[in-house]
Amino acid sequence: MSVQPAMPKCWRVESKPHKFCPGCGHGLVLKAIGQAIDELGIQDRVVFGCDIGCSLLSWDFFNVDTIQTHHGRTIPVITGIKRANPDIIGIAYMGDGGGYAIGSQHLVNAVARNERITVFLVNNTQYGMTGGQMAPTTMPGQKTETSPYGRDPEKTGYPTQGPEMVAAITRNGAYVARGTVVNMKQLKNYIKKALENQLAGKGFSFVEAMSTCPTNWRTNAEETWRFVEQDMPQFFAVGEMKAPGQEKEGQGNG
Amino acid sequence: MGKAVKIILAGEGGQGVQSVAEIIAEAANEEGREALYIPNFGVEQRGGVSVAYLQISDEAIGSPKFQKADIVIALSDRSVYRTRKYVGPETVYVYDSGIEGVDDALPANAKKVFGIPAIEVAKKELHPRVFNIIIMGAVIKATGVVSEERARAAIEKKLGYKFEKNPELRGLNFTAIARGMELVADAL
Amino acid sequence: MPDKPIQAEKRAFLTGNEVVAWAALAAKADIMYGYPITPQNEIMHYWTRLAPKYEKEFLQTEDELSAGFTTIGGVMAGKKSFTATAGPGNTLMQEPMSMAEAMRLPTVVVVMQRGGPSTATVIYSQQEVTLTTLGGNGEGMRIVYSTASHQELFDYTIKAFNSAWKYRFPAFVLGDGYQAKMRESLVMYDPEERGIELITPEPYVGKPGVPGVDREPAHYRNTYNVEEELYDVLQEQFTAYNNIIDEVAEFEAFDTEDAGLVVVSHGVVSRAAKAAVSELREAGYKVGYFRPITLRPLPAKEFKALAGKTPRILVVESAQGQLDRLLKEAAYGSKAEMQSLFKPGVGITAEEVVARAKGILG
Repeated sequence: MSVQPAMPKCWRVESKPHKFCPGCGHGLVLKAIGQAIDELGIQDRVVFGCDIGCSLLSWDFFNVDTIQTHHGRTIPVITGIKRANPDIIGIAYMGDGGGYAIGSQHLVNAVARNERITVFLVNNTQYGMTGGQMAPTTMPGQKTETSPYGRDPEKTGYPTQGPEMVAAITRNGAYVARGTVVNMKQLKNYIKKALENQLAGKGFSFVEAMSTCPTNWRTNAEETWRFVEQDMPQFFAVGEMKAPGQEKEGQGNG
Repeated sequence: MGKAVKIILAGEGGQGVQSVAEIIAEAANEEGREALYIPNFGVEQRGGVSVAYLQISDEAIGSPKFQKADIVIALSDRSVYRTRKYVGPETVYVYDSGIEGVDDALPANAKKVFGIPAIEVAKKELHPRVFNIIIMGAVIKATGVVSEERARAAIEKKLGYKFEKNPELRGLNFTAIARGMELVADAL
Repeated sequence: MPDKPIQAEKRAFLTGNEVVAWAALAAKADIMYGYPITPQNEIMHYWTRLAPKYEKEFLQTEDELSAGFTTIGGVMAGKKSFTATAGPGNTLMQEPMSMAEAMRLPTVVVVMQRGGPSTATVIYSQQEVTLTTLGGNGEGMRIVYSTASHQELFDYTIKAFNSAWKYRFPAFVLGDGYQAKMRESLVMYDPEERGIELITPEPYVGKPGVPGVDREPAHYRNTYNVEEELYDVLQEQFTAYNNIIDEVAEFEAFDTEDAGLVVVSHGVVSRAAKAAVSELREAGYKVGYFRPITLRPLPAKEFKALAGKTPRILVVESAQGQLDRLLKEAAYGSKAEMQSLFKPGVGITAEEVVARAKGILG
């Protein structure tokens, strides 16, 4: 008899098992989000927005009101909701393509306006749903369908430093962190603090989660874990870039 | 559908043609007549000739723009060129007689063409700031679209807050209307 | 509670952009999301001045994509939300409005057409007809009112909110740069005082209770796994759309019964057409007038009937045949000979219509 691991209470049983590929990190990030929602007791207040790409597979993931859109427009949809009804806890959930490429203007300007919403962005270093093309977050030398000989930083730049950018352009009151599915306790902690920041009405909150895509990475379990645990941190630093009350001198822009 | 009186006012930015058109339009509206005023806009808004298109009628007004005007008022050399295409056999064409070097450009096909010394009168007799009000007097005299009384009321409505602070301005503006009307009456 | 924005019927003399802001207030709009583009800017200018007095909200977004998607967010939160745009902004607006179409969301967009393609002019055109009626990667399940006067801008802006919420299709008020910038008179009124019931919006998300416990969660998507799933959803939407056509489609016509030539136009051009037809009639020409007020859905039945009995139709528009294409589709197989007067991006006067009509009639 196998014991099922406990699901977060706000997960929707009817839509499980979920639709992500085996080994995909989305399920882990969504688990951390679910746990944070449970612990904060906000299931009735959350509106969850998901984007195009693999993140859209979460459109019926939670017993939480959910809207699916595309191209990083999840941020303006959630912004529009939050502006119209400030009691709602708005979560925009998207991938690196939506947040850092096609919808980057929405991220930058939601940050600039200090929208009281929370963005969770899953970084798996490429476009998953479309078949593994190079993304803003693709690592130097990493092979993808549109960088078959490896990403050449001379021609295509270095991986986008999302949380660093967000931290640099937010003022005091924002919460910005990067976690990883390798450290779930820490990731859930960041996610929870981001939501608490919105609950407190302090400012914009943002967590990037380093995640896995064995399907497009074409990696086995061991290689997958090594990539996210050892390779990605070479370009993506884990930690809190900004937290209310903890701003380092000169960092606050306040 | 009754024929609307079609008016074109053209000048340089700062000559106040748009505010004149707007005040006349509002005055006509206050009289219960139909008025339609549309400013030119677009790239010319910055540094170009400012053209105001105004129509006043007792019935519903058709398209906002028109081909030939009943009266054209051109207040600068560039305006003379800009407004030529709106002049037809039924058009009364008024220009400021102080504009130099446009004699050859003045329309030959108009019903009547005459100059009025509005710029000079504003400068020497009244005050440069009421130049556009002189023009307003000229327009209402030439077209009869609104009465002098109604024009005064419209100015009072628009500039009343300034008159409160400086009551002399009221007299200056009303004199400007009367002078504008005289200039046209003399020319006609 | 703040006072009603319009207490009693009153004659006003305003620009069209100002009229739209007042009409949105009269329709009890809650929030505007917007991005600057000429010639619609003053809608935002007036709204932002009026909004705080009536406890309304405004958000200036980073672009028209965001203006459209935040409008969608506002609608989903249960507020009467709207935006306004023009030209290249309308191009961007098609992406969010495709989502509104896919999810049948009651959005309201006011379009003040400018010259096209691309940046073109900030002045005027009727070149956003195709975009507004059929734009996006969809099937044109929208309601598009093409207004001709400030009175109609006021009336149909109010109506657009009601139609959007009643039928749950995105609604557009299609004006143009002339209407946006010109001043003329209209009568403003409180719609409820005139017996027009204003539909109260309902939230799509954030309703009371814990989702999955007290109620089903609201799960809104516009993505489908298989072709057939999408196909089935679309069939339902087409049926719903077709069912509202008779109720929604509007037109205006006169002097068509005995006419040898009927002038067809829409929006501000219909003012010139109307004046031209009246003038021609006075001169003894048997000319008629037809104007679709809704461009989506088009009053196709009425136009087809007209095209079946009128020998000649003259389509007049400030575009290179954007209305003409819609009309030809509706009139397919009819005997009427279709003539045209197209002036893309340029205003049309009654004199030009008269001259063209006389040219056709000989």
